[in-house]
Amino acid sequence: MKALRDRFNTLMSGEGPADRVVPPTGFTASLTLFASAVMAFLAVFALALSLATGRLAHDWGAELARSATLRISAPEDQIEAQTQAALRVLETTEGVATARALGSDEQRALLAPWFGPDLPVDELPIPQLIEIVEEPQGFDAAGLRLRLQAEVPGAVLDDHSRWRRPLVRAAERLRALGWLSILLIGGAMGAVITLAANAALAANAQVITVLRLVGARDVFIARAFVRRFTIRALVGAGIGMIAGCLAILALPAAQDEGGFLTGLGFQGLQWLWPLVVPPVAAAVAFWATRSAANRTLKDLA
Amino acid sequence: MIELENVAYSYGGGELLSEVSLKLSPGSFHFLTGPSGSGKTTFLRLCYGALTPTAGHAQLFGRDVRDMTRDDVAMTRRRIGVVHQDCQFLDHLPLAENVALPLIVSGRDTLQEQTNLKDLLGWCGLSHRAKALPPELSGGERQRAALARAVIMSPDVILADEPTGNVDYEMSQRLMTLLIELNRMGKTIMIATHDLGIIRSTKSQVQARVLRIVNRRLQLAGADL
Ligand SMILES: Nc1ncnc2c1ncn2[C@@H]1O[C@H](COP(=O)(O)OP(=O)(O)OP(=O)(O)O)[C@@H](O)[C@H]1O
Ligand SMILES: [Mg+2]
Repeated sequence: MKALRDRFNTLMSGEGPADRVVPPTGFTASLTLFASAVMAFLAVFALALSLATGRLAHDWGAELARSATLRISAPEDQIEAQTQAALRVLETTEGVATARALGSDEQRALLAPWFGPDLPVDELPIPQLIEIVEEPQGFDAAGLRLRLQAEVPGAVLDDHSRWRRPLVRAAERLRALGWLSILLIGGAMGAVITLAANAALAANAQVITVLRLVGARDVFIARAFVRRFTIRALVGAGIGMIAGCLAILALPAAQDEGGFLTGLGFQGLQWLWPLVVPPVAAAVAFWATRSAANRTLKDLA
Repeated sequence: MIELENVAYSYGGGELLSEVSLKLSPGSFHFLTGPSGSGKTTFLRLCYGALTPTAGHAQLFGRDVRDMTRDDVAMTRRRIGVVHQDCQFLDHLPLAENVALPLIVSGRDTLQEQTNLKDLLGWCGLSHRAKALPPELSGGERQRAALARAVIMSPDVILADEPTGNVDYEMSQRLMTLLIELNRMGKTIMIATHDLGIIRSTKSQVQARVLRIVNRRLQLAGADL
């Protein structure tokens, strides 16, 4: 444990004489570490949100574009005739690829979650469902409804889009918000690191003067600071990323009924995405510290 | 090496130095004297590129200070060892590392120079204080450490601003011996000092010129010193 902590400390303070020229700063170091960890934690969630809503929008959008359902409620003796009539209408409708009446097994499977598996479908007056698969360009739902009204009075067209389209739009918005959050988190991280780096540079003005006097080039001085903050951001973001992933793992697994809420998380290769967070955080810290250092050094004598 | 041509300098008020011309040739030994506040430190700063002349031209190793980038200035300082009047150190590093600092910042292998460093600290009477932090040192110890730091890179030129201000006679003789030794090895030396005794005893061992700042001008003092 102690060995581990020592190694960690060496990494944090940086090895080699070149890194020792800037005095260690315990408190700022822990603050930077903490801020990076928090940002990475949030970034992991924003990533999960973006990917999950992206998945959702994609799945729903694909279904939405391709399928619709026709429901026929009629007295038992007319159902068969109306179903045949409806299929005839659908066959001649432009934009419908296939139309198929669902068998009673399929209907039972669909209803099982609500009524249990022992439902005697054949004996109940439940409506007949017709699954419509659309062609890519879709069909004219309003026109189809008019025709059905005339020929199949018991038919109700449910083209899914009525209730799913706004959901897909919401999912797309959420995804955009997720990505925006990631950008903002990155920006805030850059700002925090810049502030910390500026504070460190100001606190070490005397050190910088001495280094200049003995012939240190600006890159040498900048590197001492940049290295530190980059390592801190990398380690902090690593910790935050792991914590974020654990938190997401601890969420209930995705279920069909739960839909969107329980689907928050990563699937398969998407788990590689969080690994991107620490290097990106390190890159942001590197860039922020370097520009802060260069700005400060340029103004010095 | 260092060449000033009609240089003037002012901190913003009137001119502190005017019409200063000087050419430091390799291997020369100069003393710089003048009343307190006459501009000795300012003059030395002009010589190592910390200040840019407000008039005239200053050339370091053949390059005009005005044309030098910050990196050029840094590289020049590796060839000019400076003992500052207010010896500044990195207070969190022990004395030995402070003395080795020029090696560290120029990326030299400090391990290779360990014997050099030890000898130098020994010569300056600092061996037993090698692990002390600068704030724990006496004024004289700090000055000796500053001198050690100025010569560790074996620079072509050594500029020392009151290097013997805080040390006793014996130690000042010892430090002067080090500087005279370096001069005999071909280093160019310039020392600002008030101490006429030091100047006299040095002149008996090495051919040294004495410059004096009088009325904003740099004069070559006569042989009367
Ligand atoms: N950074 C500065 N800004 C304004 N005035 C300065 C600055 N540095 C020095 N001076 C002024 O310039 C004058 C010369 O200063 P300088 O340090 O060169 O004198 P000096 O000859 O080295 O004196 P001493 O023997 O006391 O060290 C002094 O009057 C001083 O107050
Ligand atoms: Mg002075």
